[in-house]
Amino acid sequence: MTEPLLAIRGVKAFYGNIMALKGVDLDVNDGEIVTLIGANGAGKSTLMMTVFGNPRAREGSITFQGGDITNVPTHEIAHLRIAQAPEGRRIFPRMTVLENLQMGATVSEPGHFEADMKRVCTLFPVLGERLHQRGGTLSGGEQQMLAISRALMSRPRLLLLDEPSLGIAPMLAKQIFRAIRELNERDKLTVFLVEQNAFHALKLAHRGYVIVNGLITLSGSGRELLESPEVRAAYLEGGRH
Amino acid sequence: MEYFLQQLINGITLGSIYGLIAIGYTMVYGIIGMINFAHGDVFMVGGFIALIAFLALVAIGVTAIPVALFLVLLIAMALTALYGWAIERIAYRPLRQSFRLAPLISAIGMSIILQNYIQIVQGAGAKPLPRLIEGGHTLIDSEAFAVRLSNIQIIVVLTTFVLMVAFSWLVAKTRLGRDMRACEQDLKMASLVGVNVDRTISLTFLIGAALAAVAGIMYLLYYGVVDFYIGFVAGVKAFTAAVLGGIGSLPGAMLGGILIGLIETFWSAYFTIEYKDVAAFSILIVVLIFLPTGILGRPEVEKV
Ligand SMILES: Nc1ncnc2c1ncn2[C@@H]1O[C@H](COP(=O)(O)OP(=O)(O)O)[C@@H](O)[C@H]1O
Ligand SMILES: [Mg+2]
Repeated sequence: MTEPLLAIRGVKAFYGNIMALKGVDLDVNDGEIVTLIGANGAGKSTLMMTVFGNPRAREGSITFQGGDITNVPTHEIAHLRIAQAPEGRRIFPRMTVLENLQMGATVSEPGHFEADMKRVCTLFPVLGERLHQRGGTLSGGEQQMLAISRALMSRPRLLLLDEPSLGIAPMLAKQIFRAIRELNERDKLTVFLVEQNAFHALKLAHRGYVIVNGLITLSGSGRELLESPEVRAAYLEGGRH
Repeated sequence: MEYFLQQLINGITLGSIYGLIAIGYTMVYGIIGMINFAHGDVFMVGGFIALIAFLALVAIGVTAIPVALFLVLLIAMALTALYGWAIERIAYRPLRQSFRLAPLISAIGMSIILQNYIQIVQGAGAKPLPRLIEGGHTLIDSEAFAVRLSNIQIIVVLTTFVLMVAFSWLVAKTRLGRDMRACEQDLKMASLVGVNVDRTISLTFLIGAALAAVAGIMYLLYYGVVDFYIGFVAGVKAFTAAVLGGIGSLPGAMLGGILIGLIETFWSAYFTIEYKDVAAFSILIVVLIFLPTGILGRPEVEKV
């Protein structure tokens, strides 16, 4: 067994005195799509941000490509080629689409810019037509595509996606899930995906984890989790399919 | 009419100086959401550094005025920038994670320290500089009143204009400017894409202080004196200018500066000079009540 690309071990994270992560263990292997599902407030977004040291893990360790990144400053983690499309998309609202993509390329080599622009505009053609529109005026779905594209501009080895389907039309959500699969299969991009939309996420992912109240309670292959009674009861029946 | 025109010229000159200072307030507020109350005193320090540099240059025999002026500009900008940088490192950065009022209080403390420091090492009296730039042009010469545009006024307005253009270009077109705007719009996201936020904030303080230094030099040339207290008065007015224009907005800072300069000048010219500061501060209050986002500001929607 080779070592995982991202290894999270016994991570505890706090907001003030409130413990949001209570000792999380999670692996993402090279080339995988791994999904993390859980109810609102379970700690999914916190875990994604903790990978970037914001909030920092107060206990436990996070390693990336074998190197300890637990205490590396946030902006240097981006330089290791981990990219995130965070919760709420966080587009720079008063920058154009083009400038948002330039920001995404902060850690990338300038020589890659043109090629990478072509790549994301092929993936999401609507962005190519809106290069000079301000990010804040895009629709929710377009903003999500821009958030993912911005992350891709750094040529990430690991892409973190926090609820990319939240609050956008099902059609667009489908397009985004299709794009994630394509990136994984064609470009061998490793993806760590957080979703409340458990059904789609588990169908897409190779492996999944379930987080409840800051603790991982269940893990397995996407198919196993889809068929597990606990997951069905808590996240699928009656949920959004 | 001639009198009016003369006041217009004077007001724009004064407003240029306020505008240069206002940029420092507005940039820092934009990025870290804090009013840097010590910024006016940084301007004052810039004026003193310029004065000392002038005298030192004359002492070592640099008497050609354009050369001296250019050297003073470089020296004062560099040293004042260092002050701006150090203030952020010492007084603000350690407090960035604490409650909102902490850095504000620290800034007021920094302002008092700078004033007292200059008062102690330079004395409380006004320090004069011999008039370096003479002459001017008479634009209109009617019997009643001659409208004059002095060479110093030309230099002040021209320098401000060039710096504004250069600075706007930096913010709009360069990598650093883009990083600054990213930090202003979403600090956390900027760090996620790999922007070194601490470094960008440092550079913002550095540039703001350098511009304040230029304002200090202009003030020194225009009025011929500096004292330890000019930073307080000019600082509050420049801050008013930033709020009037819309805090966080660069063109707003410049526009606000010019407006405050004009209001102050016209007030002194047509009403009473004693109440000129009251005029500026009344405007601050009126703007805060009726136009809290300023002329070119935007409503606070995404800022927390
Ligand atoms: N900035 C914050 N300050 C304080 N508490 C927070 C903050 N962000 C999240 N929390 C709390 O941490 C817990 C986990 O939140 P989060 O990671 O956002 O959950 P999820 O993404 O799974 O919905 C919740 O109880 C939430 O209220
Ligand atoms: Mg979340």
